[in-house]
Amino acid sequence: MFQLDLFLQAIFSAPLFKGALLTIGLSLCVMAVSLVLGMGLGSMAGSPRRSARWLATLYVWLFRGAPALLVLLFVWNGLPQISEIFRAGWFTPFFAAFLALSLIQIAYLAEILRSAFAAVGHGQREGAAALGMHRWQIFLVITMPQALRIAVPALMNEFISLLKTTSLATVISLKELMTVSQFAIATSFRFLEWYGAALVYYLVIVSVLTLAQNRIEYVLSRGYR
Amino acid sequence: MNTQTAIQVAGVNKWYGAFQVLKGIDLTVNKGERIVICGPSGSGKSTLIRCMNRLEVHQEGSIIVNGVELTSQLKRIDRVRSDVGMVFQHFNLFPHLTVLENCTVAQRWVRKLAKKQAVEIAMTYLERVHIPEKADKYPGQLSGGQQQRVAIARALCMNPSIMLFDEPTSALDPEMVKEVLDTMISLAADGMTMVCVTHEMNFAREVASEVVFMDGGQIIERNTPDILFSAPTHERTKRFLGKLLH
Ligand SMILES: Nc1ncnc2c1ncn2[C@@H]1O[C@H](COP(=O)(O)OP(=O)(O)OP(=O)(O)O)[C@@H](O)[C@H]1O
Ligand SMILES: [Mg+2]
Repeated sequence: MFQLDLFLQAIFSAPLFKGALLTIGLSLCVMAVSLVLGMGLGSMAGSPRRSARWLATLYVWLFRGAPALLVLLFVWNGLPQISEIFRAGWFTPFFAAFLALSLIQIAYLAEILRSAFAAVGHGQREGAAALGMHRWQIFLVITMPQALRIAVPALMNEFISLLKTTSLATVISLKELMTVSQFAIATSFRFLEWYGAALVYYLVIVSVLTLAQNRIEYVLSRGYR
Repeated sequence: MNTQTAIQVAGVNKWYGAFQVLKGIDLTVNKGERIVICGPSGSGKSTLIRCMNRLEVHQEGSIIVNGVELTSQLKRIDRVRSDVGMVFQHFNLFPHLTVLENCTVAQRWVRKLAKKQAVEIAMTYLERVHIPEKADKYPGQLSGGQQQRVAIARALCMNPSIMLFDEPTSALDPEMVKEVLDTMISLAADGMTMVCVTHEMNFAREVASEVVFMDGGQIIERNTPDILFSAPTHERTKRFLGKLLH
């Protein structure tokens, strides 16, 4: 049955720890890029130009509709078929997973960010413009902090679900948490201990994120309490 | 146009779609003058005053502010705006910044002042509007009258040569109107060039060099407050003032 010493060994084993770092690293990279590009896509969705809105809608439609597993496999196996470029050495499982998950995450974040920016009243922009502030200054110091405050709970949810979605990258043999556990199980057949250890990692990471979320929400809600 | 002119509006027409909101507006504001604009709701008062710092864009005619014509070619509209303070009906304070930060943010980003200097200037003006003790509070923790005084201090921190007010007291509870008007009166006493959209007739009587009555996107008549209030020449002005005084 369940052997505690094997379980503890699994938890403190180097491969699992590295797998966890990879999971976290991948999630952070995807989230950072998606925040920036999601803001861009979100502002396209709210643009007065019809073609821009149409393009944004099309993008969101495509990547919200496509299953993550399909996009991952398409990027990893399909892109090298399309072009020579993707057969080079730099096109690693990590990069492929990063690309695939970012494509999807951008679609989800765009809508969250668009509505958060829309919720910041027009008067804020006018108040700042009347003081002589530039458009990008207004964005950086006035609208973005207020929009982020509104968006943080939803963004954190997306981040947590992204973190778990990275486990799908096991199908393209990225050595993240799940892949590492599967490898260990393949030789030891200790399902309970290794799945248990991987679960502990996920739970710890998500708990830390939840604490961080509370902290961020507290800081951003200054002035609203 | 001479050097004594702060704002010159000439032959301005503006449309929202097919609806003409400003019709041939001519208005000159000299340095040190205090112009009060009044008129019924929807007459275009806000639109006119917002054209003066190009928060709204006019389609015909010219608007010259401190010698700079406001056109779409003007690349540095922010320079004009930082010299023209504006106070809004709903304050438009930044809720995520403290009162002090509200007063320093544009000084630091636009005037590029060092933090220490910006804070000193901010405190000077917060004292001037009698709320230095609220510097570390957030706008949401202040009463409406206090928020509007912060908004005035925030605008003054940019050291503007002209101040625009768009119904600064109409969103306030009656007991808070006076503290804001007193602040504006003391500004006027210091010789600030002011354009105020307001229906506070006692304020107009006390400080206005000229009262402008607007209706339907046009300036119907203009005169010193004494004459305009006691002997308006146009029927529409009479009707409007009659309603306001009863
Ligand atoms: N962005 C806009 N798009 C279309 N119409 C507008 C817009 N802003 C204002 N209007 C219209 O223009 C007219 C003048 O508006 P404005 O806000 O200048 O009036 P006002 O004199 O300030 O009125 P109030 O006393 O109610 O503030 C109104 O009929 C209003 O409905
Ligand atoms: Mg108005």
